[in-house]
Amino acid sequence: MIPVCRIEDLPKGESVRVEATPPVAVFHTDDGELHAIDDTCTHQDASLSEGWLEGCLVECPLHAASFDLRTGMPTCLPARRAVRTHRVTVDDGVIHVHLAAEEGTAA
Amino acid sequence: MRTVTVVGASLSGLYAARELRAQGYDGHLVVIGDEPHHPYDRPPLSKGFLTGRADENQLALTDAEESAELDAEWMLGVRARALDARGRTVVLDDGRTVSTDGLVIATGARARRLPGDALAGVHTLRTLDDARALREELTRGPRRVVVIGGGFVGAETASSCSSLGHSVTVVEAAPLPLTPHLGTGMAAVCAALHRRGGVDLVTGTGVAGLRGTLTVSGVELTDGRTLAADLVIVGIGATPNTSWLAGSALALRDGVLCDDGCVTALPQVVAVGDVARVGGVRAEHWTSATQQPRVAVTNLLAGRTVATADAVPYFWSDQYGARIQFAGRRGEGDTVRITEGELSDGAPAEGGFLARYERNGRTTAVLAVDRPRPFMRARRELTRETAVAATGE
Repeated sequence: MIPVCRIEDLPKGESVRVEATPPVAVFHTDDGELHAIDDTCTHQDASLSEGWLEGCLVECPLHAASFDLRTGMPTCLPARRAVRTHRVTVDDGVIHVHLAAEEGTAA
Repeated sequence: MRTVTVVGASLSGLYAARELRAQGYDGHLVVIGDEPHHPYDRPPLSKGFLTGRADENQLALTDAEESAELDAEWMLGVRARALDARGRTVVLDDGRTVSTDGLVIATGARARRLPGDALAGVHTLRTLDDARALREELTRGPRRVVVIGGGFVGAETASSCSSLGHSVTVVEAAPLPLTPHLGTGMAAVCAALHRRGGVDLVTGTGVAGLRGTLTVSGVELTDGRTLAADLVIVGIGATPNTSWLAGSALALRDGVLCDDGCVTALPQVVAVGDVARVGGVRAEHWTSATQQPRVAVTNLLAGRTVATADAVPYFWSDQYGARIQFAGRRGEGDTVRITEGELSDGAPAEGGFLARYERNGRTTAVLAVDRPRPFMRARRELTRETAVAATGE
């Protein structure tokens, strides 16, 4: 479990990169949901936390691949492989990421 | 159409095959490629693949599952030699012929060569085989590398060689590399990245010839100097692969001439990617090669031009740890304004910058170094404005 930041420090529409191994991107959607996925695009080396957030989709800043934050599945080319999703909780106002690997769930 | 043939099995050829199926074409689909490999992505060849960060599996553009879905006949490792005047028969190098109702030309471009480049130690970097050969040679201990040409392939290759510990000099004939892409001011800023990467940049001098008997030993410059070299990489641009179309009815001028919708002089023949001169412009950009096929296939299946490829041009380059991104159509005389971040001693400062090219108060293009998020916003604005302008506001 990794503490990310206080919830008020990640306004809606914003994202933050967590320096885990591998790095994780945490998003706060306009609908108020929190999602965490692997930060590196499965197509090529680009940080999804710097991508374009629209609804629960994020578009990669390099080649415009798009991922569904809820499932990690790519919704368009050039990405063809999913990113892992990670569980997010808010405890005492602090956002935490629970890495999928640590929870023993399959990617 | 009962048979559609895609000549070229790289990025734009694969995207064309995908589009054909996505747009409902269910006839016979043939894909012809001169390389023996299934479609792979070229951009990493000068970057992650060369440095060993990415392996060949990561280059694959498709997999067995998708290949099965495409249900195409792949003819790989064989070159198309000719197209008949009607554009209905493709002749292959091995003498076979492919009869077709529709044709997508996606033969790309090949690396331009230098006279005398048959010497051992002289490389170009365009194909996977080129990259394998270069990568192998770069693992044999420190080398004196001379990169001829300071364009994107040259700069990225120089950056990769330098990061592997080789001593690197880049030779650029123009006063600055990348000026046609970025304009003088921003070209100077990006040229400073070479210095940051510990690479010597020699500009304003051409190459008179390569020295060496069996193996290259140096590069003679037109200013009289000779640079000692164990390894030379020639990155002086690419020539579109159109020679096989010489006997066809298609108009060729530095590429296959097409209208704005990728349609050639023959309505059942379209061209995409590096080989296509679409509406007067031949872009050698990855993104164009992925965007044109949608429009080209729509028009091919319609039998006439019903859609046009008017996306805002976009390219990127990773070099010396910096990510350069550019979108738009810059013009001579545009003013350039840095709107985020700053320069430091003529080079991008830590944290990069965003620059806007402007004419008559309108943004024509945007350039970012290490500013992906604001770049993305600016690129979207540009796309939106272009769409508004296209519909007559």
